[in-house]
Amino acid sequence: MRRPPKPGHSNGNGDAPAALENGDAPSPVTDNPGKRLTTGAKDAPADLVGWVDERMGATSFLTAMLMRKVPKGTNWFYTLGSATLFAFVVQAITGVFLAMYYTPSPVEAYASITHLTNDVFLGEFVRGMHKWGASVMVILVFVHMARTFFFGAYKYPRELNWVIGVVLLILTMVMGFTGYLLPFDQRSYWATIVGVNINGTGPIVGPYLSDFLRAGPEFGATTLSRFYAIHMLLVPGAIIAMIGAHLYLVVKMGTTAPPWMRADLKPKDARREPVEAIADGSANGASENGNAS
Amino acid sequence: MNNREKEQYLREYEVMKKKGKPFFPYAVMKDSVMACVVVGVIIFMSLYLGAEQGPKADPTTTTYVPRPEWYFFFLFELLRVIKPPELVPIATIGVPTIAMVLLLLLPFYDRNPERNPLKRPIASIAGIMTIIAMAFLTFLGANAGSPTDIEIDVAPEYEAGKLVAAQSGCLACHQFGENGNNGPGPKLTEIGARLNPAAIARSLEIGPGIMPSYATMAEDEPEKFRDLVAFLASLNGEEEASTGEVGVAGSGSVESSGGNPAVVEPDAGSSADGAGATTDSGATP
Ligand code: HEM
Repeated sequence: MRRPPKPGHSNGNGDAPAALENGDAPSPVTDNPGKRLTTGAKDAPADLVGWVDERMGATSFLTAMLMRKVPKGTNWFYTLGSATLFAFVVQAITGVFLAMYYTPSPVEAYASITHLTNDVFLGEFVRGMHKWGASVMVILVFVHMARTFFFGAYKYPRELNWVIGVVLLILTMVMGFTGYLLPFDQRSYWATIVGVNINGTGPIVGPYLSDFLRAGPEFGATTLSRFYAIHMLLVPGAIIAMIGAHLYLVVKMGTTAPPWMRADLKPKDARREPVEAIADGSANGASENGNAS
Repeated sequence: MNNREKEQYLREYEVMKKKGKPFFPYAVMKDSVMACVVVGVIIFMSLYLGAEQGPKADPTTTTYVPRPEWYFFFLFELLRVIKPPELVPIATIGVPTIAMVLLLLLPFYDRNPERNPLKRPIASIAGIMTIIAMAFLTFLGANAGSPTDIEIDVAPEYEAGKLVAAQSGCLACHQFGENGNNGPGPKLTEIGARLNPAAIARSLEIGPGIMPSYATMAEDEPEKFRDLVAFLASLNGEEEASTGEVGVAGSGSVESSGGNPAVVEPDAGSSADGAGATTDSGATP
């Protein structure tokens, strides 16, 4: 007797309907009582994980993610990417708490920061974490980029991930620039004016860019809320999307082996052994590349 | 990389991966340790360095120091390394844009199949040089003072204006005699010999190029503004030697170095050029 297709895995070729037509539709609940926690439907959901998994089919994905192999020689340099990711998570979390107290208007912004710093429980601590976390994240992005550069990790087949990485670098710097204005003290105000003016010297789009940032030809009331929206909605959204793409490619392509370690392939092995896949579990990516090349 | 090299790489990678260890728990362990270090460092910095708040932003004030966050120092310092004002757009936009494009396209022009940093000396040296250059510029930026004192001797009637200039952040970008930062803006030691007071006032109000505008000061505190202009106009420079070189820079600064040419009044520009030319011809013989 055939098992019904897994939820979410039906290939649309009509296993189940065929069975129904025959009139002996298998009852998923009673047919297979001994086989709990198999791929099919299960008894009453005694365990929560099983219940969720039956409806999501996520365990196979998670197992594949966690049990995928990382190449021989993977060392501490390979933690820099996830460290950057973690710094971003810290920024996101502390940023949410700051947003609860911050008012993005030129009149109230400064006072709301003063209140947050002096009166709110742990306010200065969280603001300090956000402030210094930004520096830590910028450093980590650059060091991670240097790692991938010196390891030659931007080469085939990971070119695209390098390009996405550069976009992430730019977005991270934009976060630093837009966030600097928000405390609205003298330093941040005047540095931002000069910064926006610097944008304005750019060819063709320069003046438009600074007009866009300022929300007009002059630094005005909407400028601050514009910077705020860019800093806490627009760019973080873009960063999250880009990190998603970045990590997808990291898992799909696998991380590089350290460049000083070589596998010695005997020529005959190299001939015979088919190129399986660069990505775990999916046979398409690499073999296509390999065959096409 | 040609097709044979690609295949060769994929095969080798396959072997390396087979010899490797599972992501969980080995890589996960390292990543978690690193995550703890990151959070630890951030908490440590927050506790020990705090989050101080400067004085409130005030568009009308004249005491400020426009300093970017430290990780933008290397960009800001480019402005100082590349001094002539007509080249400012190259420093502000040109170099960073070219650097970004070079970075973005790196995998497409570096087609060397070799990955070992020791066996691709050009890439490695270029990378190291870039790091040194950025570190050096950041270091310069960190050490650039934010001075608030001008030591030039002036006639008593200009002392008030000198104080305004000293407190208005001019020194962050301009040099007066021995004080202030030499760049991004031109030296102002002999600005009075190059521009007439009207042109100076105009420059201050416009904020040519990347310089912030002092129009609010002109409106709200006209007296201060007048003192400032008078002080600047009185500066005709003791050191004759550098006059010629700075003359070019001066005229460029009024023409706003290509920034927003539209806002520069023609007469301001021409008077600046005229003044510059006069000084030049005076210095040449
Ligand atoms: C928000 C910023 C970033 C995050 C969160 C991030 C995250 C990651 C993670 C978790 C990895 C896995 C391997 C490792 O940790 O080394 C990775 C790999 C990689 N990243 Fe990033 N990254 C970021 C920025 C960048 C930048 C700026 C570049 C370069 C311009 C870059 C290029 C790469 C490349 C080429 C790989 C593949 C490395 C390999 O296979 O060995 N990433 N990234």
